[in-house]
Amino acid sequence: MRYLPLTPADRASMLETIGVGGIDDLFVDVPAQARLAGPIDGLPAHASEMAVERHMTSLAAKNLSAGSVPFFLGAGAYRHHVPASVDHLIQRGEFLTAYTPYQPEIAQGTLQVLFEFQTQVARLFGTDIANASMYDGSTACWEAILMAARVTRKGRAVLSGGLHPHYGEVVRTMAKFTKDDIVSLAPELAADPDDNAVIASIDDATSCVVVQYPDVLGRIPDLAAIADAAHAKGALLVAVVTEPVALGLIEAPGVLGADIVVGEGQSLGVGLQFGGPYLGLFGCREKFVRQMPGRLCGQTVDAEGRRGFVLTLSTREQHIRREKATSNICTNSGLCALAFSIHLTLLGGEGLARLAAVNHARAQATFERLARIPGVTLLNAAYFNEATVILPRDAREVVRDLADRQVLGGVSLGRLFPVADGLHNALLVAATETTTDDDIEAFATALETVLVGVPG
Amino acid sequence: MNAPNAAGWRPAMGVAGETRSATSSGDYGLMLEEALSFELGSADKCGVDLEKTRREPASGLTRFLRKAAPALPGLTEPETVRHYTRLSRQNYAIDLGPFPLGSCTMKHNPRLNEKMARLPGFADVHPLQPQKTVEGALEVIEQLADWLITLTGMASVAMSPKAGAHGELCGLLCIRAALDARGETRDIVLVPESAHGTNPATAAFAGFKVESIPATPAGRVDVEALKAKLGPNVAGVMITNPNTCGLFEPDMHEIADAVHAAGGYVYCDGANFNAIVGKVRPGDLGVDAMHINLHKTFSTPHGGGGPGAGPVVLSEALAPFAPLPFVTRGADGCIHLVEEENRGEGHDQAFGRMVAFHGQMGMFTRALTYILSHGADGLRQVAEDAVLNANYVLRSCEDLLPAPFADSGPCMHEALFSDAGLAEGFSTLDIAKGLIDEGFHPMTVYFPLVVKGAMLVEPTETESKAGLDRFIASLRSLAERAKGGDESLHSAPYYAPRRRLDETLAARKPILVWQGNPTESGTPSLSEIGGS
Repeated sequence: MRYLPLTPADRASMLETIGVGGIDDLFVDVPAQARLAGPIDGLPAHASEMAVERHMTSLAAKNLSAGSVPFFLGAGAYRHHVPASVDHLIQRGEFLTAYTPYQPEIAQGTLQVLFEFQTQVARLFGTDIANASMYDGSTACWEAILMAARVTRKGRAVLSGGLHPHYGEVVRTMAKFTKDDIVSLAPELAADPDDNAVIASIDDATSCVVVQYPDVLGRIPDLAAIADAAHAKGALLVAVVTEPVALGLIEAPGVLGADIVVGEGQSLGVGLQFGGPYLGLFGCREKFVRQMPGRLCGQTVDAEGRRGFVLTLSTREQHIRREKATSNICTNSGLCALAFSIHLTLLGGEGLARLAAVNHARAQATFERLARIPGVTLLNAAYFNEATVILPRDAREVVRDLADRQVLGGVSLGRLFPVADGLHNALLVAATETTTDDDIEAFATALETVLVGVPG
Repeated sequence: MNAPNAAGWRPAMGVAGETRSATSSGDYGLMLEEALSFELGSADKCGVDLEKTRREPASGLTRFLRKAAPALPGLTEPETVRHYTRLSRQNYAIDLGPFPLGSCTMKHNPRLNEKMARLPGFADVHPLQPQKTVEGALEVIEQLADWLITLTGMASVAMSPKAGAHGELCGLLCIRAALDARGETRDIVLVPESAHGTNPATAAFAGFKVESIPATPAGRVDVEALKAKLGPNVAGVMITNPNTCGLFEPDMHEIADAVHAAGGYVYCDGANFNAIVGKVRPGDLGVDAMHINLHKTFSTPHGGGGPGAGPVVLSEALAPFAPLPFVTRGADGCIHLVEEENRGEGHDQAFGRMVAFHGQMGMFTRALTYILSHGADGLRQVAEDAVLNANYVLRSCEDLLPAPFADSGPCMHEALFSDAGLAEGFSTLDIAKGLIDEGFHPMTVYFPLVVKGAMLVEPTETESKAGLDRFIASLRSLAERAKGGDESLHSAPYYAPRRRLDETLAARKPILVWQGNPTESGTPSLSEIGGS
């Protein structure tokens, strides 16, 4: 077995050192009836690298990869070009095969990366501080609601109808068990997001309002107005960013008054990966620092006075505080944070702004072309790189028909919101810098074909 | 270094008393300092060539535009590659040597796993593509699920949890949902005092009250104390097996029977599954739910703190409550993805959703690759070699370092020592920092809490005997120095990129983000990065 360095002679000599006759003598604490006599029946034996590669490659070949066809899916996961150096660097063994940096003297590489990452996220979000990452955007969103409850000592959270439905489901699932009060506004097919409904839902018992920016239909809420309304009632604004590239073009949520900003960092460096692993981003005001979930990296000095970094404020965390911890999170998304950080370092702020401008321009070209198709209308008054188009028939069927023509043409709102009425003809379409003119034309042509014969 | 074979090469010892003068750069040969990216880059640098768009933003967007680009300096590609490569060299890693962190299972990460996860058919697939365009991805999930179910002897598995602690949460929520379905409101979860901190934190996160169970002098759960706590308000117990003292809980079945008889459920923390994979099936011990850290037992890389993955295997009693999404092979032989839209297909009791999308697909491909490479026979050998290596360390050091539970028999995959018996003023920390100078990553220290100055050594099965002998020699040498009162140990490490760091200062006046002016560029002064 190529991964096991002990030879039969090693094993024999080690058993002798230990003073037992055989390996089973080391498993004596396992009750005899629970011990398996040999390899579990019905499972294959070990296989060569070549054989395993062949098997996995055949499974991969059954999937239609995004880069092989015209591709327009978003809805919280975006296909961006990741520079080759990002993937090379995260495969450096010193990053890839290190653990959480519990011994800072020999983990300054990881720790400095986390410090840089925290700074990048804070500056991108317009918040004072940020943590060293969460699992993903959806779990970061729930953690933000819990944190808002700790900060305000209130327990009623209002979710905008523009929040990604998976995020809403995660929040409602968790709240069912913690008994937090969640008010979920219904998604509505309107040109503008539901800012007024959100503001009207804030009362004195509200701990926070959760608003996605841009929202799941690609619309852009007026965060400043919502922040003012929330603050007037002693509530916090939690802004949720599922497409961080947007912040190269539109104002940072923290600058607009958001108290906690969470997000999904997958767009930068991480890739699609069928939904995971992704990267939860978490930023907030400095005064909330002791209520934050997750790891924090801080600057300090070593015994010789040299600058260095350590994990800090761990008295918030499970390994110290146990059941009184701010969260149960332990392992987070370190390597994805590294990928995000490298990609953002390559871009810089100016590069991110240029990337965002290209994304928006590709989306403009996409929606101008789609809007020329009879029966197809653009819903959004404003959008960044994703928007909702209304089709003359159920978008779930259209998506399947497009896939038959080798076009991955967006996400139907019927799949995202299966129980909501009146959304089934809506299709969520995203474009990025990877979208070419040929892609747009192929998509539009295929859409025209599958819509033919349907009254507009 | 890798341990030498019988030819017996050893590194030459340094020359005592040699003098070194400070360098003008602040670097010392291959010991390279590195500034922060913000101190290196500038606003007019970029490592990505992007077309300049000539279009004006759509009019609807105008009022939302930001006034200036984010205050983040950029770097070109050569500067970026150098920055991160230099930083990487300040890390210890499994690729460099043993990383015997107890309860963390730091084993070799096969590179085939990385290659497979990067196949475009896995890496470049969107989670919301139509199902018929992702059948291979669903098959990976189904095949891995099938292995996990078979290896554990359980009824079902929830694949979506993102890490171990998230898996614990999933298991406890299944228990809560099962109790709800029975119309019961039990709100207490029993947790042994030796448990990993995530156990009580998770129970609280899921809305339960935590009650602690003591350990016996032999390092096991006190079964009688546990039984005494059982009652109509106890939802279940969380037991780590093998436990955090590196010992198997031989009374697991008796505990499970008692908990079940009292109407509760048994959660098993599977962090230490590596010790028993292929040797023991938790399902045969009465377990109702157990998470499996794919980043431990099945060797997906730790990446400096994640990502992990924490699928949860479930008994018949809890299986109906597993969260969405769920991948299942139907009676028709086809694989189905069950989401909110079609939960009526046998998952109407699902307790909800824990994550956006489908969980850690990139970890699933790596773990399946690992499992197929080992096969049923290889996985069994993994457990045996992991346990053999740990016992070898235990018996090779117990004469110098007290091993509190060694008299009662062999350990499982990790050897536990205490710092009792060191000279006055010396403790586990001195041994740990001394190991850094010896070229090793320290073991887990001061955990579990039930042992004074605990040192928990988990070598894993991917260390060779020669490598273990080197590690043992270093550990013994440090134990002797600490017993002999060698004061120089208090200041170790001497040869790491940094000496001991001031953690009190970091916590008292937290500096969590770079505080420099982002608009200026330039090289930091040597004093800023500590060069002398």
